[in-house]
Amino acid sequence: MNWKQLTKSKPLLIGSSLIALLMLMMLISLFYTPYGPNDMNSGIRLSHPQLSHLFGTDNFGRDIFSRIMKGSQTAFLIGLSSVLIGLSLGVLIGAISGYFGGWLDEVIMRLMDALLAFPGILLAIMLVSVFGPGLNNTIIALGIMSIPSFSRIARSGFMQYKEFDFVKAAIAKGAGPLRVIWYHILPNIASSLIVATSLRFSGSILAEAGLSYLGLGVQPPDPSWGRMLNEAQPFMINAPWYVLITGVIITIMVLGFNLLGDGLRDLYDRKS
Amino acid sequence: MAILKKKLALGISTLSLLAVIITGCGSNSTASNSVGNSANTTASNESNQTVQNSGEKVMAGGTVRVAMSTEPDNLDPYLSAATDTNSMMDNVFDGLFEAGENSDLVPAIASSYQVSEDGLTYTFTLKQGIKFHNGADLTSKDVYYSYAKLSGLNGQEPLSSKFSGIESIDTPDDYSVVIKLKEKNAAFLAANIIAIVPKDYEQQSEKPIGAGPYKFVEYKPGQELVLEKNENFYNKDHAPVIDKVEFKIMPDANASVLALQSGDIDMIPGISSQGVLQLGDGYTVISGPQNMVQLMALNNSVKPLNDVKVRQAINYAIDKDAIIQTVAEGNGTKLGSNMSPAMKMYYQEGLEDYYKTNVDKAKELLNEAGYPNGFDLTITVPSNYQFHVDTAQVIADQLKKAGINATIKQIEWSSWLEDVYNNAKYESTIVGLTGKLDPQEVLGRYETTYAKNFFKFSNADFDKLISEGKIEINEAKRADLYKQAQTLLTEQAAAVFIMDPNRTVAMKGNLKGFKMYPVQKYDFAEMYYTEQ
Repeated sequence: MNWKQLTKSKPLLIGSSLIALLMLMMLISLFYTPYGPNDMNSGIRLSHPQLSHLFGTDNFGRDIFSRIMKGSQTAFLIGLSSVLIGLSLGVLIGAISGYFGGWLDEVIMRLMDALLAFPGILLAIMLVSVFGPGLNNTIIALGIMSIPSFSRIARSGFMQYKEFDFVKAAIAKGAGPLRVIWYHILPNIASSLIVATSLRFSGSILAEAGLSYLGLGVQPPDPSWGRMLNEAQPFMINAPWYVLITGVIITIMVLGFNLLGDGLRDLYDRKS
Repeated sequence: MAILKKKLALGISTLSLLAVIITGCGSNSTASNSVGNSANTTASNESNQTVQNSGEKVMAGGTVRVAMSTEPDNLDPYLSAATDTNSMMDNVFDGLFEAGENSDLVPAIASSYQVSEDGLTYTFTLKQGIKFHNGADLTSKDVYYSYAKLSGLNGQEPLSSKFSGIESIDTPDDYSVVIKLKEKNAAFLAANIIAIVPKDYEQQSEKPIGAGPYKFVEYKPGQELVLEKNENFYNKDHAPVIDKVEFKIMPDANASVLALQSGDIDMIPGISSQGVLQLGDGYTVISGPQNMVQLMALNNSVKPLNDVKVRQAINYAIDKDAIIQTVAEGNGTKLGSNMSPAMKMYYQEGLEDYYKTNVDKAKELLNEAGYPNGFDLTITVPSNYQFHVDTAQVIADQLKKAGINATIKQIEWSSWLEDVYNNAKYESTIVGLTGKLDPQEVLGRYETTYAKNFFKFSNADFDKLISEGKIEINEAKRADLYKQAQTLLTEQAAAVFIMDPNRTVAMKGNLKGFKMYPVQKYDFAEMYYTEQ
């Protein structure tokens, strides 16, 4: 993959620049936000976008731009960590299942089927209701929610590659399962996992927005894009910018990751 | 901002807010209305357009389509627990008395009553010639049947705790009922607004039959509940004008505002202040206190809240005016104790500013209590009530200034009921306690022995006042006892009493006659259209 290839793919280019932009915002917010994201000022409730408040203020007089910035930390944190949980556990399960096969495969895959039978968000709602709302539990719930899709991708990869001659040769030379899985097969299925990761990322961010929208995700007053969208709803007519801006930001993030994922997939497909 | 200020007099109170009926959820009792003595709801002058120039012509008939945010829970008045359901079905059923506009007892099925010297025997005389919607005459036998069901005298579980104190019911003739109580209970009279149902009729849940001004027509789940005028209503002075009332189930508040604007519905009984702003001119908007106490309950049994100084410090740290401005757009009445001014006769004035916001004083008290660096506090809020969640956010911000580090924890309503209300497993919470018209029910929550005393407040002087109030028949003396009890709650800082959020009703411009009651009651018999 070189720079030329990268710039030729439009989705890849647009997707990665959108994400880079949001990433930049997130990095800046670690050190600086124009106002304290939770600072209330009842004198300037629901003021429209202006120079001093780029995105206007919310119903508590908090600066929406600062809250969006701070909220991007939550979005990235949740997206990244839940995908990491899903990816690592999912690949582990998929590897065991695909590499060893047999009854173990049957049992594991039926369990995954059971997980898949629930709509992901429902599963997350259930987990959060049991363990209580909050950032950590939201991450764990979203992570568990993304295990089945990763494990399926990993399983099919392992099943396919374990029949290849180079793998058989490695086994014949005395390589243990761990070595075969880690050195010989995993690098070969990495590309499809990367694509899935990128797509999953946006799924997790959307799911977090959904959970927070239901009051189950990040707890107030800390900003989360989903909860901001929820809080903006009653003011949809009288302060339309609040709901619009929040919605657009969520859309940009999700669109960015989806384009990135599509672009990466095209790239790898062409290569193979 | 100018428009906003102009409309500040208009109200806020979403239907979801109105649905915080604590007792309703705890028991089977339907009567979330009970008649106390005087309470006054004021409709704000600038928005109340009911009285207009005398040239206005009343139009006969018509249909009122009302947006309801929740589905009825049970059509049987004795089995329903939801206030919304009760306020719809109240038009179908009449009781011995009805809740009056000034929270007096208005005789309905009863024409008069007498209480014996010892306060144990109540004799009610019924009006003659009252017919149920099925054509049957209403006699003392129906009252006996109804009350036997409620009190458990029919050998089954009592359906309402308010009636379980009845020892016997006698019906000397067709139009008199004599009720004997086990012990003196000053709150009993007010309980008699409960529906009287026809004898031996067991299909109330499918096809309710009462003696009220409107007849039940049909209920389509998820769609609508329809009532029609009772032509044979016994009270000619209170006879209904509107032909038909259709309650449309519309859970989305924004959708109902749009529906009112487009003319698909005629009335929204609980509209938010944002909704009122959105409506603009040309609508009848009525707003007033709804007899709710929104408070920040403090668990008086956990550290450090068991220290009265800490509770007082929290009270000093909180600025109620700021909460009312931010969360309720200014449409709320500041409270100082667990009583809304809507309960005029029992309301102890002058407590609202007992703890005037003073952060330095709060810090000083915390220091005296041994918390010079503040402490951590969890505020548990029911996640479905945005109003309370918003209040919690403002309070957390205010407490921070006094050094108290408050964290908000949202939980689901059913978990809230289980953890907070039933088991008092919490530190602090924000909730609204609704419309009880007898002061005993309002203040009795703080009695040490009260099962659902989730404040874990316990004070011997308070218990004494309440137990005296329970049996005091003299109204003035009784009111005085409850006033003292309120002052005690404030002094002890049992909780942070925040506000009574206004209830706001928006209607089509020519729909008139809506009256505010201290309880959630929509009396369609009083309403009419005027010619435009």
